[in-house]
Amino acid sequence: MNTPNAPVTQVQVAQRTPWLAAWGPRMVIGLPFGWLGLLFLLPFVVVLKISLSEMNESGIGYKDLVDWQDGLVVISLRYSNYLFLLSDKLYLMTYLSSLMYALTATVLCLLLGYPFAYFLARSPASIRPGLMMLVMLPFWTSFLLRIYAWKGLLDNNGLINQLLLALGLIDTPLAMMNTPFSLQIGMVYVYLPFMVLPLYANLVKMDLRLLEAATDLGAKPWTVFWRVTVPLSRSGIVAGSMLVFIPCVGEYVIPAMLGGPNTLNIGRVLWDEFFSNNDWAMASAVAIVMVLLIIAPMAWFNRIQAQQRGAT
Amino acid sequence: MTTSWLRCTWLLAIYAFLYLPIATLVAYSFNDSKMVTLWSGFTLHWYGDVFRDRDLMEALGLSLRIAFSSATTSVVLGTMAAFALVRFQGFRGKAMLQSMVNAPLVMPDVIVGLSLLLLLVALQRALGVPERGAMTIWLGHTVLGMAYATVVVQSRLQEMDRSLEEAALDLGARPWKVFTAITLPLISQALISAWLLTFTVSLDDVVISAFLSGPGSNTLPIVIFSRAKLGLNPSVNVIASLTVLLVGMCVLAGSLWLARREKQLSRELAAAMREH
Repeated sequence: MNTPNAPVTQVQVAQRTPWLAAWGPRMVIGLPFGWLGLLFLLPFVVVLKISLSEMNESGIGYKDLVDWQDGLVVISLRYSNYLFLLSDKLYLMTYLSSLMYALTATVLCLLLGYPFAYFLARSPASIRPGLMMLVMLPFWTSFLLRIYAWKGLLDNNGLINQLLLALGLIDTPLAMMNTPFSLQIGMVYVYLPFMVLPLYANLVKMDLRLLEAATDLGAKPWTVFWRVTVPLSRSGIVAGSMLVFIPCVGEYVIPAMLGGPNTLNIGRVLWDEFFSNNDWAMASAVAIVMVLLIIAPMAWFNRIQAQQRGAT
Repeated sequence: MTTSWLRCTWLLAIYAFLYLPIATLVAYSFNDSKMVTLWSGFTLHWYGDVFRDRDLMEALGLSLRIAFSSATTSVVLGTMAAFALVRFQGFRGKAMLQSMVNAPLVMPDVIVGLSLLLLLVALQRALGVPERGAMTIWLGHTVLGMAYATVVVQSRLQEMDRSLEEAALDLGARPWKVFTAITLPLISQALISAWLLTFTVSLDDVVISAFLSGPGSNTLPIVIFSRAKLGLNPSVNVIASLTVLLVGMCVLAGSLWLARREKQLSRELAAAMREH
C-alpha cells in the first residue's frame, strides 16, 4: 500500500480542482489569521498609540498623535502617562501587590494541585475519567457565581463564621471578607483546575518504568518522587503555573467581588481609570505596562506548549 | 496503606473545596429569609420572582443569542485555524498564528476588552460604524472562543488516524468530499465539545462584555455582577442553583449518550469481527 504524504496529496488536489487547490488553503489560513490579526493584534497597536497621546480638554476622547496645524504636520508624542505611572508610588505599589497576589495564588495552587493531580494520575484507570470529569465540571458552571459563593461563606454572618461561633471556637466573627485572605481564596478556588489539568495530562503519560528503574536501583519512594517524578513533570508545572499566574495578574472580577476597597489590584485600577475617570490614555498606559510584565511568562508558556506539541 | 489513606483524604478535601461553595448557593436559594445567610425556612418564592424579573429575562435572552452566534463562529474559525496548524506544513506566519491562538487563553480579560473597545472607537470615529451593542460583544467573544475552539480541535486532529482520509483520496474522492464524509464525522465529538465550551465561555464573560456593551445591551453576567457586587442577593442564588441543575442534567445526559455509543460501537466491532 502506498502512503501518500503531503506533497502527493497536494498534487492530487491540484489536478482535480485547480481553483480550490490554489485558494482553499489560503482561505483556511487567511481567515482565522485575519480575524485574530484584526481583533486581537491590531487593538494593541491602537492601545499603544493612545497610551502615548493626551486626553482632550473636554475629557472625552484623546488627541490624535498626528495633526495638521497651519499646514504643518504636528506629531505630539507624550510620555507623560508613563512618567506619571513610574513616579506615582500608588501605581508602583499596585503593580507589585498584583504580582504578589498572583505569585501567592500560583504557589498555593501548585501545593494543593500537584499532590491532587499526582493521586488522580495514579488512581485505577477505570475511575480516572470520572474523577477528571469532576474536576472539569466547575468549568461549566459560571465563574462569576462560583466567586460570588465565597461571599456567603466568608461574610461576617457567613456560614464559616456561624459554624465557628456555634462550635464555640471564636467569640466574635472573624473579619474574612474584603481582605487579602478572601481575595487569595477566590483566586485559588477559580484557578486550581487550570493548574490540575496540565499537571494531570503530564503525570498520566509518564513512563512508569523509569520510576520502577529508580526503585530497583535502591531509591526510596520519597527520593524517586523528588529526583524522577518532579523533574519529569517540569513542563506540566510550568504550563499550569503560567495558566494561573498570568490571568491572576490582571484579574478584575475576583478583586471587585472579594477584595474590598483596600486591596490593590492593577486590573481594577485599569477598570477605574477607564470607567470612573474616563482617562483612556492612562488606562492604555496601565495596560501596556501590564502586558510588558506578563510578556516574559507568556513567551515561556508558548515555548513549553510548542515543545509538548513537538514531543507528541 | 498510609499512602492510600493520604490519597483519599487529599482527593476528598480538594473535591469538597471545589464543590461545597456551589452547594451552599443551592441551599441558600431555598431560604425564606431576606437575610441570605440566616436560615428561616424553606421556600420557592425566589424562583417565581426570578422568572417574573424582566431585566433578568431580557439579559438572559441577549446572552443566549450572543453565546449561540459566537460559539458557532468560533468553532468554524477555530477549526480552520486548527487545520492550518496541524495539516499545512511550514507556511509563513505559522508560529505567529499559533501564538495568536494561545495568547487570548491567558491574556487578562481587561486588556482584551479595553484594546478591542479602543479599536472599535477609533473605527467608529473614522467610519461611523460599528455602534456598540450585541454585535461588538459577539466580536469580542469570538476572539476568546476561537482560542478555546482551536485548542480543542487541534488536539483531536493531532491524535487522529489519517489512513481513512488517505484511503478515500486514493480511491478518488475529492478533498471536499473527503472532508465532509470522513474528517468531519471523525472530529464531530471534538467539534461538539468545542462548541459547548465556547458557548459557556461566552455565556460566562463579564469583563469583555462590560467594555463592549452599549446602552441597553446588558448581558446576564453584567446584570448578575452589578447585583452581586452590592452583596448577597436571593435572585443570584436562584440563578446559581438553576445553572447547577442545567449543567448537571446536560453532563448526565452527555455521559449516558457517550457510554451508549461506546457500547454500540464495540458491539458493531464484535459483530464485524465475527463475520470475517
